Amino acid sequence: MYKLDLQPLLFESSRPGRFTAVLPTSDVPAASLDDLIPPAHLQKSAPPLPELSELDVVRHYTNLSALNMSIDGNFYPLGSCTMKYNPKRNERLAGLPGLGAQHPYQDDSTLQGLLAILYGLQDDLAEVAGLDAVSLQPAAGAQGELAALFVAAAYFRDQEPGRKRTQVLIPDSAHGTNPASAHLAGFETVTVKSDGRGLVDLEDFKSKLSDDVAVFMITNPNTVGLFDPQIGEIAKLLHERGALLYLDGANMNAILGVVRPGDMGVDLMHYNPHKTFSGPHGGGGPGAGPIAVRSKLAPYLPAPIVGRKDDGTYFLDEDRPKSIGRVRAFFGNTGVLFRAYCYIRSQGPDGLKRVAQHAVLNANYLLGLVRDVYPVPCGTRCMHEFVASCRSLAKDRGIRAMDVGKRLIDYNFHAPTVYFPLIVSEALMIEPTETESRDTLEAFAAALKAIALEDPESLHDAPVSTPVSRLDEVKAAKTPVLRWTP
Amino acid sequence: MAYIANTPEDVRVMLDAIGLDSLDELFDMVPAEYRLKRPLCIPPALTELELTREVGALLGRNQGADRRVCFLGAGSYDHFIPAVVDNLSSRGEFYTAYTPYQPEASQGTLQATFEYQTLITQLTGMDVSNASLYDGGSAVTEAVMMALATNRRTGPVVVAGSVHPEYRRILQTYLEHLDPQVVTVPAVGGGVDPRAFAAAITPETAAVVIQYPNFFGRLEDVEALVEAAHAHGATAIVSVDPISLGLLRRPDAYGADVVVAEGQGLGNPMTFGGPYLGILACKQEYLRKLPGRIVGQTTDRNGKRCWVLTLQTREQHIRREKATSNICTNQGLLALRSSIYLAAMGPRGLRDAAELSTRKAHYAAEALAKVDGLSLAFPGPFFKEFVVRCSKDPEAVLRKVGEAGYHGGVRLGRWYPDLADHILVAVTEKRTKDEIDGLAEAYRNALSSL
Repeated sequence: MYKLDLQPLLFESSRPGRFTAVLPTSDVPAASLDDLIPPAHLQKSAPPLPELSELDVVRHYTNLSALNMSIDGNFYPLGSCTMKYNPKRNERLAGLPGLGAQHPYQDDSTLQGLLAILYGLQDDLAEVAGLDAVSLQPAAGAQGELAALFVAAAYFRDQEPGRKRTQVLIPDSAHGTNPASAHLAGFETVTVKSDGRGLVDLEDFKSKLSDDVAVFMITNPNTVGLFDPQIGEIAKLLHERGALLYLDGANMNAILGVVRPGDMGVDLMHYNPHKTFSGPHGGGGPGAGPIAVRSKLAPYLPAPIVGRKDDGTYFLDEDRPKSIGRVRAFFGNTGVLFRAYCYIRSQGPDGLKRVAQHAVLNANYLLGLVRDVYPVPCGTRCMHEFVASCRSLAKDRGIRAMDVGKRLIDYNFHAPTVYFPLIVSEALMIEPTETESRDTLEAFAAALKAIALEDPESLHDAPVSTPVSRLDEVKAAKTPVLRWTP
Repeated sequence: MAYIANTPEDVRVMLDAIGLDSLDELFDMVPAEYRLKRPLCIPPALTELELTREVGALLGRNQGADRRVCFLGAGSYDHFIPAVVDNLSSRGEFYTAYTPYQPEASQGTLQATFEYQTLITQLTGMDVSNASLYDGGSAVTEAVMMALATNRRTGPVVVAGSVHPEYRRILQTYLEHLDPQVVTVPAVGGGVDPRAFAAAITPETAAVVIQYPNFFGRLEDVEALVEAAHAHGATAIVSVDPISLGLLRRPDAYGADVVVAEGQGLGNPMTFGGPYLGILACKQEYLRKLPGRIVGQTTDRNGKRCWVLTLQTREQHIRREKATSNICTNQGLLALRSSIYLAAMGPRGLRDAAELSTRKAHYAAEALAKVDGLSLAFPGPFFKEFVVRCSKDPEAVLRKVGEAGYHGGVRLGRWYPDLADHILVAVTEKRTKDEIDGLAEAYRNALSSL
């Protein structure tokens, strides 16, 4: 029986004299290299890279890939990450030279097809957000957050010269990037508590709202999978003080075509196209983090933006005197944005709304299947994800969230997000997405229930079917080995 | 209705189980006043066949390096990519996985990332590398922030004007909201004057940023610039072209403390500027402030060697507002592609790519210098890019060169007003002698017809 096992490192498989790539010999008149570049600049020998045959390389990476769980192979219900199916048609189109062979500094006249696509995406993202203007520049959700806060800071500098709003309010259930971004944008962060329902504690919010507040960063639906109906009132209170409401768009999948952030009073937001619009996660990147804003904030958006002239031609608009500048070189993560465009065009208006409906349907159905064994502290219903708690399992049987997550791997499921958000103890954050079938959800629920009945002692050893057992993470941090050495 | 498995029958059963009558009721938490009462105003849905036709047609209108011979560079290059890179990186097990939060189920990604970190340290001579950042520009900015956090100085950050102008712009955007100022030492004659550079550095300077080869392709006296930084105890951050590391001295040899790079040239297509690969490698002393993901080696319960994300206490999901960086991912798929590229190229292949680029660039410089109306702008050694001065309006000249089938170069006027009549030309190992001769001919015809 063939069993997966770890591979030697590239460097251990290296044999002097083996090679894969061979480049053509030079077809220009030969000069001595020393005549072209003074020897002081040159390396004496080739860099110490591994030497492998082409089949060595192919086997190595093919066998490595087999050690991964992935959406293509497994249900991957990682809460907050929206691990939906990554459509193959988008990959095939992204592989065309009409995308891959375009240089960022080509003349606009040679990019009309691509600029039309990016312009269309700007329009679509503005419409879905219910906001007025979009910049596709930021390279990731976290950078989108940061760029949006830069935009807010620039707006206040213009609006209120001579005074500085110093604070950003952030709910205690927020993603860790929110406070990190606020800090980097020069703000002090103030945490707003959640109430017993898992929503923003409105009284606590009001008590912390002052003229020093620039922005409130809300995630809605929030990280416990609930839609916060107070968002309109929160927006009103902020706007009365001249402050702005920011939406972390990580959970947009739940509300596509159903409700638009701008219609609820949101002033600016970021998207995660690698979540909501099916861009592959790539083992951890690349993503993208486009931001959408109200028209009063548009002048401050990071450049460039795709513009359209009266004659219908597209151009890169870099001439934006109030822009916060750049957060990235070149245009943005075009490859990821392109896939988002293809996805939106495949869905159309009805399709996007159906995505939200089925994402919420699947999450609620799954919640109902597991709730009696894994209680859901924040309500009996949810949006696109829910947070179940292993607290009583841990207390009664010594089975912790981590044990459940690890054991699920033996059942061929990737673990949910564990121990997040921080406001639920022993949290399992489960997001099935709309692309999973009822059969899969039922099989997953059955696995969860079976695990709850297993022997707790043996659960501490899970997973047992993987090429490695549980890892010593403390050792990795205490004595860091971060590269191979001969 | 793309990519949804639930049938109408499934929907009925599931709604029943939840105790609802319709899909709309799933959203009863959303107050009615906010709900969208109309369909989204976006184009109607396309089937796969229609999408392929329509988007394929739009892409077909572009005139990229597949339609015109490409001599554009300035941070994005048309280098050769071996077939194994596309083939292996497009395995669904790699590209549809996520950040390896569950190491037992992600050893493929983890080991590939550990190998990437090793390859980058081998290339740069640094002690450690992270698992990658957004792009070469963000890598510069994150490196500066890392140096600020390590050195705890708030004096001016000194940047050479010969560093990629967009990288400098990103740094400005970020530092505007923090204490230290950015001081740019202007590029004169295609590089910075080492004395002027040294004079800008103060005892309170946490970091300096140098690019080698610089934005104009030239090889400045990097050693003198690094020494100027060290004279004041500042961190020397050097932005390099990773392909050049097949030929030029390793950064540790001239004293770099931190090496950053745009890794696009290592097996990643140009894709109109992204997604790209920000390389960041440094000496050991910066490790605790190194931003981004890092993979480390450990053992499992049976003592078997394996890999895991490590040192996460540096990161925002633990430290929240106290983190030095808000970056919470890497560019996994591009790091993977670069590793496969380096494994396929090997020491010989990388050296050949660098050497061929150098030879062909020098041949091109010579060929263009012979064209009436073009002259080489800056003397001195260069790697694979050079600047020509153009006696007629470069925009008109480049348009003509384009019509002849060449992306002839990048105008520098957009960033350097004093170089409005200058063009930056890049040559990689993919260009042939015939193509270079053709470029010179296209310039000759353009200049004589204007």
